[in-house]
Amino acid sequence: MENRQPVIKAENMVKKFGAFVANDHLNFEVYQGEIFGFLGANGAGKTTAIRILCGLSTPTSGNITVGGFDIYRETELIKKNIGYMSQKFSLYEDLTVSENIRLYGGIYGIPWRRRKEKEKELLRKLELEEARNKLIAGLPLGWKQKLAFSVAILHDPAIVFLDEPTGGVDPITRRKFWDLIYEAADRGITVFVTTHYMDEAEYCSRVSIMDAGRIEALDTPENLKKQYNARNMDEVFVKISRK
Amino acid sequence: MNQLISFIKKEFYHIFRDVRTMLILFGIPVTQLLIFGTVIKNEIYDIRIAIYDQAKDETTRRITNKLLSSGYFILEENLNGISDIEDIFRKGKIREVVVFENGFGEKLVKEGKAHLQLIADASDPNTARLAVGYTKGIINDFIRKENPEMKIPHEIKTEVRMFYNEDLKSAYLFVPGTMALILMLISAMMTSISITREKELGTMEVLLVSPLRPTQIIVGKVAPYLLLSIINALVIILIGRFVFGVPITGSFALLMAETVLFILMALCLGILISTVAKNQMVAMFISMIALMLPTILLSGFIFPVENMPKILQWLSHIMPARWFIEIIRGIMLKGVGLAFVWKQTLILIGMTVLFIAVSVRKFKIRLE
Repeated sequence: MENRQPVIKAENMVKKFGAFVANDHLNFEVYQGEIFGFLGANGAGKTTAIRILCGLSTPTSGNITVGGFDIYRETELIKKNIGYMSQKFSLYEDLTVSENIRLYGGIYGIPWRRRKEKEKELLRKLELEEARNKLIAGLPLGWKQKLAFSVAILHDPAIVFLDEPTGGVDPITRRKFWDLIYEAADRGITVFVTTHYMDEAEYCSRVSIMDAGRIEALDTPENLKKQYNARNMDEVFVKISRK
Repeated sequence: MNQLISFIKKEFYHIFRDVRTMLILFGIPVTQLLIFGTVIKNEIYDIRIAIYDQAKDETTRRITNKLLSSGYFILEENLNGISDIEDIFRKGKIREVVVFENGFGEKLVKEGKAHLQLIADASDPNTARLAVGYTKGIINDFIRKENPEMKIPHEIKTEVRMFYNEDLKSAYLFVPGTMALILMLISAMMTSISITREKELGTMEVLLVSPLRPTQIIVGKVAPYLLLSIINALVIILIGRFVFGVPITGSFALLMAETVLFILMALCLGILISTVAKNQMVAMFISMIALMLPTILLSGFIFPVENMPKILQWLSHIMPARWFIEIIRGIMLKGVGLAFVWKQTLILIGMTVLFIAVSVRKFKIRLE
């Protein structure tokens, strides 16, 4: 792990909203191909951090690079190299499956011919060939989320940011969703995921746990469980937040 | 460019798949135009009158005939006494009563003057004023023609000619006004709603994270509505021309250019609203209350700006529609060129630039 290049690097990342400190001197590195879990209770500052890394918000201070590009000066380059799937559902409900795929392909500048190939490939992989001309609004939530994720990595980004991607989904669908995440990581895409489901934390290569704007712990799930003498991540989380 | 095309294509899908949007875009303009066309009337037809003719001579009979053949009046009743006049008005049908004095024709010839009384139901002051005005006009005209040698005492002869709208057709008034109103509604309201909808659904974040630049997002949002608004403007002009007979005396190219300028202004206003409004409801509310009402009331569309209290007159200066209405009335009815409407044009350009500048500022602040 020491030899690997960090694809995300944050040094003393601070974000203040007036007197409120949402991110208090965050320091972390994320390496290529890893699944980095970003955990914390609601309001701990996860979403603020992910928004900064995606360029939706600017930090108050700190040195941050994403994909090797500086977050202040090279935002356009960062945008080309990242994918993003938000907390809220990010496909257009009144567009069909195919239209959504083509739209994102178009926005990310994938050439037309390549886009058609990708669309075919994706529909086959998700077994959505029959539903290609159906409106998104009519699909089950689990399918929508899988499709939203696949669309977010359609342009083969270096990093994909997932902001609570599995909210409101049953455990089985969640498990299937994580299969897709593993597959992306195997292809070398770095996955940065926020969640408050602790079972999902077990699936990550490494996790950081945030509390009140600070990172309280950062390690592999195994090490954290050992360190806190806990049976599972849930206990780790409870012990950290009680501190 | 490829990116932008994909994005604009998606906007068209949104528009064509949403029944409400389609209704607002194409249903409202036509209905509104037709409703205004039939409701706003400053001319009168078929006003019901009663006549109390105490003279019953040749002259009064001819005056009566002339009144009734004018097309403005319908004789509802011949009265036999003056006492029941109020009763007649209360029934609500009759709007005006014409009373000829006893021996009207005789007095007119012998004494050179005769009395005629007009009583109008002024619970609707506009109609009353118009009815009385028309009646007077017809009677004076009659007397002058019948007795050319006779001088009506203390009378100032006024030769009236209504320039640019000889028949005082109200269509000339409401077609430009409705056009301003509809373009404002569609451009400002629809863009503000469609942008806030993306914010509400969370898709705006996805767009902002994508390599699309904010300007591309805005251009992509605005372009379909620009196109549709231009089509709408054309439809309104055509309906005005062929259904209501409003001419286009001036240059059609200039008219369209000014219209596109106004649409752009309204689109920028829509973007500005979307940067302020948190969701679709708020956007709609701001567009409706803050844009529509002042546009109807203060732009000179229905009520002349000159008759307003000073404060409202001053307020009307910041109504973009006021300037646009002045421009298109000038071009359509008076046939003037840019030389006569450059001031209004500059004001509209200025407003457009202002709205863009403020929007860009607001947009950035929001991203913080």
